[in-house]
Amino acid sequence: MNSVGKRIPRYDGIGHVTGRTQYVSDVAMPDMLTCKTLRCPYHKARIKSIDTAEAKKAPGVYALITKDDVPHNLFAMVPDHHVLAEEITRYKGQNIAAVAAITKEAALDALAKIKIEYEELTPIIDPEEAIKDGAPQVRPEGNNHMFDGSSVIRKIRRGNVEEGFKEADFIIEGRYSTPSQEHAPLETCCSVAYVDASGKLVIHSKAQGLYFAQGDLANVFKLPLNKLKFVGGTIGGGFGGMNSIHTDHIAGLLALKTGKPVRFHLTREEEMLYSTIRTPWVFKFKDGIRKDGVITARRVEVLHDCGSYTELGLYAVEKNANMIAGANLIKNLAVDSRMVYTNKMPSGSMRGFGVNVGQYAEQVQLDRLARAVGISPIEIRFINAFHTGDPNHTGNPIAAASTIETLQGVAAMSGQQLSDKYLAMSSEK
Amino acid sequence: MSKILKFNLNGNPTEVKSGDADTLLEALRDGLGLTSPKCGCNRGDCGSCTVILNGDAVKSCTVLALTIEGKSVWTVDGLIDGDKLHPIQKAFHEYGAPQCGYCTPGMVNAAVAFVNHNPSPTEEEVKDALSGNLCRCGGYKKYVEAVMAAVKGEFGPLPKGCDK
Repeated sequence: MNSVGKRIPRYDGIGHVTGRTQYVSDVAMPDMLTCKTLRCPYHKARIKSIDTAEAKKAPGVYALITKDDVPHNLFAMVPDHHVLAEEITRYKGQNIAAVAAITKEAALDALAKIKIEYEELTPIIDPEEAIKDGAPQVRPEGNNHMFDGSSVIRKIRRGNVEEGFKEADFIIEGRYSTPSQEHAPLETCCSVAYVDASGKLVIHSKAQGLYFAQGDLANVFKLPLNKLKFVGGTIGGGFGGMNSIHTDHIAGLLALKTGKPVRFHLTREEEMLYSTIRTPWVFKFKDGIRKDGVITARRVEVLHDCGSYTELGLYAVEKNANMIAGANLIKNLAVDSRMVYTNKMPSGSMRGFGVNVGQYAEQVQLDRLARAVGISPIEIRFINAFHTGDPNHTGNPIAAASTIETLQGVAAMSGQQLSDKYLAMSSEK
Repeated sequence: MSKILKFNLNGNPTEVKSGDADTLLEALRDGLGLTSPKCGCNRGDCGSCTVILNGDAVKSCTVLALTIEGKSVWTVDGLIDGDKLHPIQKAFHEYGAPQCGYCTPGMVNAAVAFVNHNPSPTEEEVKDALSGNLCRCGGYKKYVEAVMAAVKGEFGPLPKGCDK
């Protein structure tokens, strides 16, 4: 207990205030090459032809790679994303070719010499349009496919919602949606890759999950794990965005190809437009509530816009399904949580992804229920709150509920008067 | 075309080779290997490349390197004297202001240039002075509190100007 309750300086604070902390984008090596990539300018396109012969001969170019140069061209948490685009590109900014050159200018000049012929295809951007029959297909598997292959909807069924609606005095429906959000860490994504004296590929990485990235990219490079070393370190912000790979794969491929150190550092524009994001969600609630404030039934339909590749979308849908009905004991519940592919950048992780977006919707819906019944927003939360021992939405008993105590704390902090009834309540029945 | 630029960096006469289109940020980072000025946006929006040029805080990604000939540039590296931190650096550290720390060198430079001009500011004036420096971790409050503590002398007298 030397530190609890005391103000202690950060172990790395002096480095930060003196500018001595070295971030991944500060790593420099002698003879280091710069990487730039050719990105698709369309939301969806077919690459009809690509000719890199002239670009490869441009001054200062050490390597130029396309899909044919990638040992195993699939990566990501659910490995369905192409390192460099195959025939069909599925989002604006998808990487098609990568060059390593002596300067940024030489790299960009070389990219401009690539001759590429596209056929622009019809994209689908709106998730609610994408689930309709006849919508343009983002992927050959279909827009609603889930790569674990078991089902395209994550469902929860408790009690009988139709019976629950019959018990209700009011039926309240609500539709809520959340937009895209970019993590925007101040340090954009960066990798520095090189082959060390023992022949091991070393990647200085901003990855938030170094072992996830190592396992994933060992497949891409077709290297044994003992020939692939990830070096982490201090990073200039991640916020979940660095759980997905944006630069490690391409920097590593170019280091293997050239035998030289390669830095791939995204520009701010690339980070904003083409890296993973918190993608949009749509929530539809139908609730039944009695005059005494008890929620008798709840039906929730969730749609997660996953972008064009799965990344963490499937995981987000499952987290969301478990949490969407909120910290309320609801005897009759039906949740359908699903994801859909659209021609946008893939859905990544970002601070409570899948959960807090749903709680925004659920909390606004609760306020609307309270207004319909004529009770205060805090009362409806006390009336329906989980107690210790209650089954959660998937039926597991809750070991230590804290909704009631949290509400009492919130009321105290915000100066809201509670009646004796609510002050006396406890999560322990 | 490249040119050898002569200027004063952290009190020392310095030369750097610079191309016509290089920014001061590129001259410092790539030309001199000085990594404390960070590149967050490369378009003057985020402030993580802030340095002190002839006494004023500037975003070094928006300054053409060729224009610094004969001028004085201070970075966060020059504000420390041996292991003795500048009161602003000390305040940021003691108040736990940096989180990921990527914005911190720019924040230090912006704050030092500001208090050199205005040694007894109001909190509003400090907020205004730091308004060009983004912190995506969201640590603005502690930066402002730390500057106010430093100008009130909590970490010793403020030096006059950047010179130690």
